[in-house]
Amino acid sequence: MSTAATAPERQVFVSRFAFIMAAVGSAVGLGNIWRFPYVAYESGGGAFIIPYLVALLTAGIPLLFFDYAMGHRARSSAPLAFRTVNKAAEPIGWFQTGIAVIIAIYYAAIVAWAISYTGFSLTQSWGDDAETFLMSTYLQQSGEAGLSGDFVPGVLIPLIVVWIVCLGVLLLGVQNGIARFSQIFIPVLVVIFVALVVRALFLPGAIDGLNAFFTPHWGALTDPTVWVAAYGQIFFSLSVAFGIMLTYASYLKKRTNLTGSGLVVGLSNSSFEILAGIGVFAALGFMANAANVGIDEVVGGGIGLAFIAFPTLISEMPGGAIFGVLFFLSLIFAGLTSLVSLIQVPISAIADKLGISERLSTIIVGGLMAIVSLLTMPTATGLSVLDVVDAFANNVGIVGIALIAIIVIGWISMRLPVLRDHLNKVSSFKVGRIWIIFIAIVTPAVLGFMLFQQIITFINEGYGDFPTWFVGTFGWGTMALLAIFAVVFTLIPWPQKILDRVAKARADFDADDQRRTAEAAATPPPADPKGGTDR
Amino acid sequence: MSAISIVMMLVALCAVWGGLVGAILHLRRHPDTTSGEAD
Repeated sequence: MSTAATAPERQVFVSRFAFIMAAVGSAVGLGNIWRFPYVAYESGGGAFIIPYLVALLTAGIPLLFFDYAMGHRARSSAPLAFRTVNKAAEPIGWFQTGIAVIIAIYYAAIVAWAISYTGFSLTQSWGDDAETFLMSTYLQQSGEAGLSGDFVPGVLIPLIVVWIVCLGVLLLGVQNGIARFSQIFIPVLVVIFVALVVRALFLPGAIDGLNAFFTPHWGALTDPTVWVAAYGQIFFSLSVAFGIMLTYASYLKKRTNLTGSGLVVGLSNSSFEILAGIGVFAALGFMANAANVGIDEVVGGGIGLAFIAFPTLISEMPGGAIFGVLFFLSLIFAGLTSLVSLIQVPISAIADKLGISERLSTIIVGGLMAIVSLLTMPTATGLSVLDVVDAFANNVGIVGIALIAIIVIGWISMRLPVLRDHLNKVSSFKVGRIWIIFIAIVTPAVLGFMLFQQIITFINEGYGDFPTWFVGTFGWGTMALLAIFAVVFTLIPWPQKILDRVAKARADFDADDQRRTAEAAATPPPADPKGGTDR
Repeated sequence: MSAISIVMMLVALCAVWGGLVGAILHLRRHPDTTSGEAD
């Protein structure tokens, strides 16, 4: 099993299954549970499935293939993978890396809250006012926009646990850490979540919730914002275009079925989302029934759904403590497997750039991220910072850099045919001109519209009720800082041994291709082609 | 549940979960070819 002879510095996933579980662990995150149900309900209910499927097939899965091809072909981290296509494209990889760093810093805090709430569920510590409990008692938010040095121990302690677990997993390496962690906790997550959904379906009012969720509002299909919402959901949910899937694919063996694996990952992510939609709306149906109000009065998404609405309904239902524990455990497992994938992006990038081992990079990069997260998130104003940074990192950062990446790789460097050929050389599900059209035309059109719309909104209306200086500092300021970071890191020269490794990986691919072509020419076509598509 | 919401639920489940089953079956039929690098 040794890989030392040909790839001394690059770890590998030992099997396709290990990679798929790690990638599913990354894609299935908090957004699947708390974002999808709300977006679907607000964007046409049952009719939303149509734009959702269209978005999955025309942007989500094609972008997943794009990330896989970029990472697998270069067998390196995001910045180096972009550099191998076009030297001027390296900052794109660094910007993606920076976004992963920023998201990981606050994502860890939300997983930490879920740890606390697993305990709170047992005693239903929130009493009869879950919102006041979250904001005042647990997070001890001052309500002011700014930075505070007042630490909240109730958040700090679980956050320390989150970082210890994540860095521990990452120190074990890609296969023994990330893959094994996902291979254990993704099945556990699915079992827990199915149990949760089944329980929710038997609550009074559950059917009303499902009815509200799946009733189609066909008029929504003529509303462009619904289509943008569908593309946005697919885009954010699949972890595409900010370096994660690219980094994971770089640890695959030379001959791995990229597109076949990608289809499983993409559809697993959507399958989990649909399941979450059923569970969340069954539970919301119960909540509306208990409060004797309409579903529209209780529906919500994000932090409010998980940490205010769910605690409220946990208190109302028989056996709520068990339901609560299972719900928050689901958030923890879904969150942790996504969090390790976020942290791996900068670990891989810095290891490549400095020519150090990924283990040392984990200690340096992961340690620094943990320190920043522990200093900023468990404070009395942590929630305000989290809110603004999250809005900008997602809606401006990820969307913007995805658009730039596609324009640079697809339009300026014209490398999509090369990536298509790479996918087809190693994969069973072949892609062709349609894939290129989806990547080069459909995706940038939608992303461009999303970005333009969002920037106009942020400029004209600011964000939420936050003061302009606060949005400027933590929203626009973070984006500017990331851009500077991307340029500065690009200016640092690459170690020659790392460039040699990439060149060798490329030469290995070419040699392998030539060998296979020669073998194919020397061997007459088999009578029964079953089971050996490449030969 | 209304008939149309049941239909939409079934459409969603069949499309996505059915797609997942199809993707898994496709992948199982196409084992990776080994490359001399590992295995």
